[in-house]
Amino acid sequence: MSILQRTACELLRSLEAGEISSVELTTACLERISATDDRVGAFLRVDEKRALAQAAAVDARRAKKQPVGRLAGLPVAVKDVLCDRGQLTTCASRMLADFRPPYDSTVVAKLKAADAVLLGRTNMDEFAMGGSTENSAFQVTRNPWDLERTPGGSSGGSAASVAAGMVPLSIGTDTGGSIRQPAGLCGIVGMKPTYGRVSRYGLVAFASSLDQIGPMAHTVEDAALLLEAIAGHDPNDSTSLDEPVPAYTATVNQPLTGLRIGIAKEHFAEGLDAEVEQAVRAAVKVYESLGAKVQEVSLPHGKHGVATYYVIAPSEASSNLARYDGAHYGYRTNEQEMLAELAGERKKLQAAGDQRGVNELDTALVRMYRRTRAEGFGPEVKRRIMLGTYSLSAGYYDAYYLKALKVRRLIRQDFDRAFEQVDLIAGPITASPAFKLGEMTDDPLAMYLVDLYTVSANLAGIPGLCLPCGQSECGLPIGLQLQAPILQEESLLRGARMFEQATDWHKQRAPL
Amino acid sequence: MSEPYTTIIGLEVHVQLATASKLFCGCSTRFGAEPNTQTCPVCIGMPGTLPVMNRRAIELALRTAVALNCEIPPRTKWDRKQYYYPDLPKGYQISQYDLPLSANGRLEISDAKDRFAPKTVRIIRAHLEEDAGKSLHDEEAGKGDSLIDLNRTGTPLLEIVSQPDLRSSAEALAFLKELKLLLTYIAVSDCNMQEGSLRVDANINLHIETPQGRVATPIVEIKNMNSFRAVERALDFEAPRQYREWQETGRVLGESPKQTRGWDDEAGITRAQRSKEESSDYRYFPDPDLVPVSFSPAEIAAAKASLGELPAALRGRLESVYGLPPYDADVLVNQGRSIVDYFLAVADACQDGKSASNWVTQDVLRVLKERNLSIDELPVSSDALADLIARIKSGKLPSPRARDVFQAMVDSGVDVSQAMNALGIESVDDSELVALCQRIVAANPKIAADVRGGKMQAIGALVGQAKKSNPNVDPNRVREICLELIQSLSH
Repeated sequence: MSILQRTACELLRSLEAGEISSVELTTACLERISATDDRVGAFLRVDEKRALAQAAAVDARRAKKQPVGRLAGLPVAVKDVLCDRGQLTTCASRMLADFRPPYDSTVVAKLKAADAVLLGRTNMDEFAMGGSTENSAFQVTRNPWDLERTPGGSSGGSAASVAAGMVPLSIGTDTGGSIRQPAGLCGIVGMKPTYGRVSRYGLVAFASSLDQIGPMAHTVEDAALLLEAIAGHDPNDSTSLDEPVPAYTATVNQPLTGLRIGIAKEHFAEGLDAEVEQAVRAAVKVYESLGAKVQEVSLPHGKHGVATYYVIAPSEASSNLARYDGAHYGYRTNEQEMLAELAGERKKLQAAGDQRGVNELDTALVRMYRRTRAEGFGPEVKRRIMLGTYSLSAGYYDAYYLKALKVRRLIRQDFDRAFEQVDLIAGPITASPAFKLGEMTDDPLAMYLVDLYTVSANLAGIPGLCLPCGQSECGLPIGLQLQAPILQEESLLRGARMFEQATDWHKQRAPL
Repeated sequence: MSEPYTTIIGLEVHVQLATASKLFCGCSTRFGAEPNTQTCPVCIGMPGTLPVMNRRAIELALRTAVALNCEIPPRTKWDRKQYYYPDLPKGYQISQYDLPLSANGRLEISDAKDRFAPKTVRIIRAHLEEDAGKSLHDEEAGKGDSLIDLNRTGTPLLEIVSQPDLRSSAEALAFLKELKLLLTYIAVSDCNMQEGSLRVDANINLHIETPQGRVATPIVEIKNMNSFRAVERALDFEAPRQYREWQETGRVLGESPKQTRGWDDEAGITRAQRSKEESSDYRYFPDPDLVPVSFSPAEIAAAKASLGELPAALRGRLESVYGLPPYDADVLVNQGRSIVDYFLAVADACQDGKSASNWVTQDVLRVLKERNLSIDELPVSSDALADLIARIKSGKLPSPRARDVFQAMVDSGVDVSQAMNALGIESVDDSELVALCQRIVAANPKIAADVRGGKMQAIGALVGQAKKSNPNVDPNRVREICLELIQSLSH
C-alpha cells in the first residue's frame, strides 16, 4: 500500500533509479483495485494481462538501458471515452457496449508512445453527460471518501481511481467541468487545459467546441507530468492549437513572483456552502501569505453560464450523437421484434379501417432508428439530444443557439477583461462537497446547476485547474479552482503548485 | 412563342472536384473500386474521428468560383446539414449554409446557330460539401437488404446553383455545356456524368398569361437525370405536363408544396417521388470540428491568374484575331483547349486562320473521331498541317490532291513532301498547263464550238481529259485556261 501513497513523479524517479519495477508498481495497483474496487466501482474494465505485459516490456527495456518514454512504467487509467484500437470503448453506454474502435485516439497513442501502462478503463456518465457518474449504463461509482456519496462526474471513475490509490494518474475529459468537479469532490488535482491544447482526435465527442482532455493526479506536479505527455498540436484535429508545448515539469516547482490573484465577487453569491466559502477564502489567504496580490474582479455574465452551456452543449451533442443509429456499428434493435411490432401495428390499423394511420406508419428503416436510439441511450442522453434538437430547430435557432453563442462571447470577454488585471482567478469548484448518491437523480435541473462554477472555462476556452484546499466538517474534500488565460497552463500549474507546497491538503488520502 | 406560357428553369449542378483524396480525410476518390475499400474511420463516421479539410479542394473550388465571376467573401465556414439516412454515416453532411465560399456569379451563354439570344445566367452561389455514400436498394421494401457503399462518402462536391434565368431546355443545355466546358478548361473536374462527377437537378415551373394576369405553377424539382440529353428531354416533358396539370387543377405556386419528380429515362416521363419526410428542417449549424476558412486578396488574385484563357474569351480571340466566323470559333473552343492550341499553332504557322479552321474542324476532327485518337496522338503535327496549307495556297500542291496527301500523312506519319512524292504529286507549272490546254482544245473542236455556243458545261469534258493526261493539274485552272483559249479563238 505504501508504494501507492507516493506521487507519480516520485514513482517515476524510483522507476528510473531502479528502486522499483513497473511490474511491482502495476501489481500493487492491480491488488489495490481488486481489494477496493468492488466497493468503489471506478473501473469498467481492468486489463491485467495487457498492463503487466506493458510493465514487463518497459522494465526489460530499462534494464537494457534502451530509451524509454516520458511516462515509462507508470500506470494510467483512461476514461472509457477515448478510442483504444481494438479495445472496448463504451462511453458507459449501452449503445457502444460492444464497440471496438479500429484506431487509436491521439491521447491513447501518446500514452502508448510515452510507455505508460494502460491499466484499465474508468466509469463515467454516459457519453460524459452528467456530474455524478450515476448516468453510466453499467455501474455506480462511489466516492472513496464516503461510499454513500458521488465521486462527481462525468469523469467520476477517473477521479475515484486516483483518490482511492488504485492508480497514480488518470485521464479525464471536461466539457463543462467533468475533470475539475470530480477532482474537487474526490480531493485530487484535475486540470482542463486550454481548448485545443490536447488533441480531441479519438475522443468520442459530446460537445465538440467544449470538450477537452486533461490529467487527473494527486499533485499539481503529477498533473504537469501527464499534461506534458498528452498535449500538443495534432494535424488530425483542426481545432488543435499549433503552439509548442512548454516543459511544464521543468518549471512547475518555480513559484510565480508578483502573482496577482483575482477573486470574482460573483463566485461568492447566494447558494455557496459556508464551509466551502471558508476553505476557499482561507486558500486565498495562503496566496497572500506567499506574497500574491489579491484583488476583486467581475465576471458579470458568468451567471448565464449554465443556461448558455445547456443550449450549446446539447445542440452539439444532438448532432454528434446522430451517428448512433444502428446502421453501421454499435447497438441495433432486435430486427425480428421490430418487424413483428410494425406488422402488429399495421394489422391493428387496418382492422380499425385507419388508412391514414397505415400510410403514416414508420418504414422499417425509421422504426429501426427509433427503437435503436430508444433502447441504446439512457434518459439523460435522450434529454440532452431533445434539448439540442429543439435549440437547433427552424424557428428556435436564433432565440436559443445563436443567442447562446452571443452570451458565450460575452463570457469570454469577461475573462479577457479580468485577465488584464490578474494572472489567475481563484474560486470554488462546487457550491458544496460531494452530495449523496441518488440525491439529485430526480431533479435534472438541480444537477445542471452543480456546473455553475465550471462551465465558464469551457465556454471561454481557458484552462482551469482544481486542487484540494480543505475538508468539510464531516471529512469531505473541498476543492479550489484556479483559472488562467488561454495557453497559460504553465503559470496555472506553477501558481497551483505554490499553494500545494505551502499546504498539506494534497497529502490527505481517502480513508478507504 | 408557340406555347401559351413561359418556362422558368433554374439548375443545381453538383461537380466532383478533381482531388486525389476526399474532402476531410486521406481516402482516394478514384471511381470504380470495390465497395467500401476506399474508406477510413473518418469518412465512415466512427466515434471520435474528426474532419481535416483538404486544401486542394478549397483551391479548386476557389478557382471555379472566380471563373464564374463570383464574389468571394473574406471568410467562409462549414455547417452541418443534418438528416438520417444509412448512406450518411455521421447523421449529417458537412456543407456550407449561410456563408458559402462564393456567391453572385454569372455565366454567359449563346447559341452558334442562333436558336436563342445570348444571355447572362446569374449564379446564386457555389459552395463546397461532402458527398454521401451510395445506397443499393432491394426494390421490394422489407424483403431483402439494402446495401451501402461508402467509397463515395466524403468526396468533394461543388454545388453550383443558378438563378431561374433559363427559359427553355435549349438554354438549360447550353448552360450545362458551357459550364462543363469552363470546368474542363480550368481543370477542376472531369465532369463525367456516367461516373457521377457531374450531377444536375432542375427546378422548373411555368408563368402563364391569363386574362386575370400572370400566374405561376408550383415549382417542381426534377432529379435522376443522368445525361445532358436526359435533362433536355425531362424539361421538354415537364413543361407541358405542368401546363396540363394547371389546366386540370388550376393549382398555382404556393398552393402546394414543392414537389420532387424523378426522370424515368426509359419511359420518357417524370414521376412524382415519395415526398421526403416532412422534416425539411436540416437543423444547420456551424461545424464545431472545423475552423472557418479565409481567403486573402492575394489568394483570390492568384486563383484568377491561374485560370488561363476561358472559353468565352477564347472564342472572342478566334473571331477577332483569326477572323473566324462565330460558328467555327464555337466548334473549336467546344472541342477543348488542346484542339484550340493545335489550331492556333497551325493558324500561326500558315498565317491563314480560316483555312486552318477548315482543316482542323473538318479533317482533323474527323480523323480523331474515326480513329478514336486524342490530338496529341494525331500523326500530323501542327507544323506539318501548316506546311500542307501553305503549299496549297502557293499552288505547289493542287488542292484536289490535298486530302489524299493529308490522308497519307495520317496513315504513315510522313511529312508533306514525302506524301506528295509517294503519291507522285508535283505541281504543274503554268506554261506546261497552257501547252496541255492548247493541245486539248485543238483536238476537240466540237466541244470548243459548244462552249462558244454557250453550253458552258461542255468544258467539263476538256477538264476531264486534262486530268487524265496529268492527274496533278488543278481543274479550276484548266477550266480557266481552256475558257480563255476558246474565247480568244472566237475573236
